[in-house]
Amino acid sequence: MGESGTAEPDGARRVATEARDRVRFEEEALALADQVYRVARRFVATREEAEDLVQDTYARAFRSWQSYTPGTNLRAWLLRILTNLNTDRGRKIQRRPDETPLEESDYYLANRMVASAGEQVLDQERVVERLSQDSIVTALSAVPHDFRDVVVLVDIGDFSYADAAQILDIPLGTVMSRLHRGRRLLKANLAEEAVS
Amino acid sequence: MSDCDKCEELLQGYLDRELSDAEVVVAESHLNGCDYCRRRYRFEASLRVYVRTTAAERMPPGLAAKLAGLRTTGASPLGS
Repeated sequence: MGESGTAEPDGARRVATEARDRVRFEEEALALADQVYRVARRFVATREEAEDLVQDTYARAFRSWQSYTPGTNLRAWLLRILTNLNTDRGRKIQRRPDETPLEESDYYLANRMVASAGEQVLDQERVVERLSQDSIVTALSAVPHDFRDVVVLVDIGDFSYADAAQILDIPLGTVMSRLHRGRRLLKANLAEEAVS
Repeated sequence: MSDCDKCEELLQGYLDRELSDAEVVVAESHLNGCDYCRRRYRFEASLRVYVRTTAAERMPPGLAAKLAGLRTTGASPLGS
């Protein structure tokens, strides 16, 4: 009421600036969609799930665009939303009683596989040349998700360790150890693919 | 091989370009002197390239338009 005269043009200008920022945010986010999808695709089992996940991510990103700090890594910010959504989804699935993979069993499997095939792979330089695209996808999807997520972010998403730590909300040291074990598992799986 | 346990850690950081300058010097001087690690390095490097290129799948056609349809600013003509 008291704010007549000068207040209204200021307010109008602020609204216009915000609208412009918002348009720019949406355009920058959309330009990253292909890169976001590449990571999402290897987080989940099917193309449909990946598409859903990316759409949910963008819907949430567009709603909460103001919590993004301009000038920071937008791709990492989007991936943080995506991993949160994916974790929520994963927890729902894991609550079903007959498919509750305990974390311990993941680690057990990891250790066993590395023990059986990990070391010998290291000497097979040629193993990479003999692999098909299918085998790498199969081998990667067989890596337990805790380890796989880190490998996907660093190797496919090209994120730094620090970004991966932030995206997954885990310490840097955990990123490094999971990356290490994830890659060994991947190699062990690839060795099996190459042999069969 | 067990001599190179520490190198394995270094190798990973080296390949991921996560080492400090001082660590890079250590890693490179070790790689120069160790056949085993040099072979490992080549293998690991080619594996990374391979994973990056083969496991990266492009966005399916149509998804970009669906995402543009989620925009709130109405700047896109594409609705969903």
